Amino acid sequence: MGIKRDISHTVWSVRGNAVMDVVTRSLEPLIAALRAAGYTVVGPTVKDRAIRLTEISSAAELPDGTGDVQEPGNYRLTERDDGMVFGYAASPDSAKRFTQPPRQTLIRSRGQVIEEVEPEAPRIALLGLRACDLAAIAVQDRVFLGGRHPDPAYRRRREALFLIAVNCAVPGGTCFCVSMGTGPKATAGFDLALTELAAPHRFLIETGSERGARIVAAIPHQAATGDDVAAADEVSRTAAGRMGRTVDTEGVQEWLPAAHDHPRWDDVASRCLACTNCTMACPTCFCSTVEDVTDLSGDVAERSERWDSCFTLDFSEVGGSPVRGSQRGRYRQWLTHKFATWYDQFGTSGCVGCGRCITWCPTGIDVTEELSAIRYGTEGPSCIR
Amino acid sequence: MDARQTGRRPRLAVWKFASCDGCQLTLLDCEDELLSIAAEMEIAYFLEASSAPGPGPYDLSLVEGSITTPEDAERIRHVRRVSRRLVTIGACATAGGIQALRDFADVREFTSVVYARPEYIATLERSTPISANVPVDFELRGCPIDKRQLLEVITAFLADRRPVVPGHSVCVECKARGNVCVLVAHGTPCLGPVTQAGCGALCPAYNRGCYGCFGPAETTNSGALNAKLRALGMSDPDLVRVYRTFNATEEPFRRASEEAEGDA
Repeated sequence: MGIKRDISHTVWSVRGNAVMDVVTRSLEPLIAALRAAGYTVVGPTVKDRAIRLTEISSAAELPDGTGDVQEPGNYRLTERDDGMVFGYAASPDSAKRFTQPPRQTLIRSRGQVIEEVEPEAPRIALLGLRACDLAAIAVQDRVFLGGRHPDPAYRRRREALFLIAVNCAVPGGTCFCVSMGTGPKATAGFDLALTELAAPHRFLIETGSERGARIVAAIPHQAATGDDVAAADEVSRTAAGRMGRTVDTEGVQEWLPAAHDHPRWDDVASRCLACTNCTMACPTCFCSTVEDVTDLSGDVAERSERWDSCFTLDFSEVGGSPVRGSQRGRYRQWLTHKFATWYDQFGTSGCVGCGRCITWCPTGIDVTEELSAIRYGTEGPSCIR
Repeated sequence: MDARQTGRRPRLAVWKFASCDGCQLTLLDCEDELLSIAAEMEIAYFLEASSAPGPGPYDLSLVEGSITTPEDAERIRHVRRVSRRLVTIGACATAGGIQALRDFADVREFTSVVYARPEYIATLERSTPISANVPVDFELRGCPIDKRQLLEVITAFLADRRPVVPGHSVCVECKARGNVCVLVAHGTPCLGPVTQAGCGALCPAYNRGCYGCFGPAETTNSGALNAKLRALGMSDPDLVRVYRTFNATEEPFRRASEEAEGDA
């Protein structure tokens, strides 16, 4: 496979160009074709009372008839009676685990010999990503591949991923991708993008890359009709009107950093556990730390990288004590970086509006509410629709 | 001078005070690595493993258990005197253990209920961690301790480096492991957000809430967590009980339980 080019520009064709959208009735041939092409297929399944991204071998493992309810600090699965396979909002799992694994060994030394550790880059087809997830991958591409020091291990993992988006039909109560301009329709950065259509139940497939086109060619399909395309557009239009939340980011690069001494930071600190769940669940939070360990004999030493968070004390430890010792300071740093100073660093917002930090915060801190309170005060416009 | 620099194997001692022996067993549970430890260190004093005690001094002493009797208060001073490095292992040695629940009550009342002849019982009013009695070089948390962390502490001692034992919350390990959050997705009460990592997020991996075995994390906000736990239906007496287990007298957990008790 391996199309050699900058993977941050993988849009190979878009609707209206030479490649026609197609329609297929079952995902079984798609999964089989991906497996035949050497990919491990990772898709949504119901596990531990949540929609999880796990390895699947059959469409029967997809979460047919399962929906979810998401609100600050709360996630529950529900039953759907409409037979939708992808009738849920953002899963607790994003693509981050696959682009940036929780732990990876960087170097190993035996005696005086330093060994480079070959980064693992399994060929994985991620099925069921949302537009927000693709936007998050694009943010991570800028973080890891932009600038003067691109990360070769990230590049290898990234190139080994085959991305299959499924356009979001049922956004959750904590979603705000419309506000962030990242969804709900996937427009770029995918190999294939599916839209689930009802009555009759089928999937419209858009192709976003050459390798995507090769997979489509290998499965039974029909050309999409104008009605199919219109129906798919309607799915995304309806979804756009169902965002659980909104956020006003106009001028955020000015007013958020300027709010350094806002009393709201103390208020949010009183609710913040500094537990790191928001950053761990966030699909763009990329911070890591490096750990050096030795073995008992002292002959072998290993340096590994693991997920870290700006909410831990070690993260900002300089000269034996943390620079940001207060919860207030750490929350302010995270929110300000995510929504404002990320632009200075990477030329984009760090937030894609997936709502995971809101849902998975144990105490239900809502970034849209915090931003609104900082900008307008608590009497200002509500972020909750 | 470092034992390794002198060419002899450093001498290891393992001591027991008021405890259940579970943390010492963690050392025996090392199995595969136990031979490597024996290759690098002389296991000089470890009554749980060998009835032949070797004389001191020792380069590294692992101390299990809390101080609950006048005799033990003396004995720990002896252990400190004969140990170059002293590392406490487990919640008892580090935080007083479950037996520190006596700190919230009258120990004489307990002895009068439990023992036929309570006057034979010589016990202290409080169960104290080792650090309240003698200086310690490192405290390894957990009830019981985690095998990987124990190996890391021993290895770090041998390499004369700082052990990699982070003070952050269980949530960091839980998310890295790929667990779904039981608090958010199941409504299961969990102390993970205020508890120090180290166990590998064991209980949440099996869809159970964290019991706080490793004691308070580097920063805690139990007021905020208690609000969530109350919203999940926990009563104030329930809250008092979850904080008063193996690390009840650790200051953040003590405050958390007292806050709940005050509201009761």
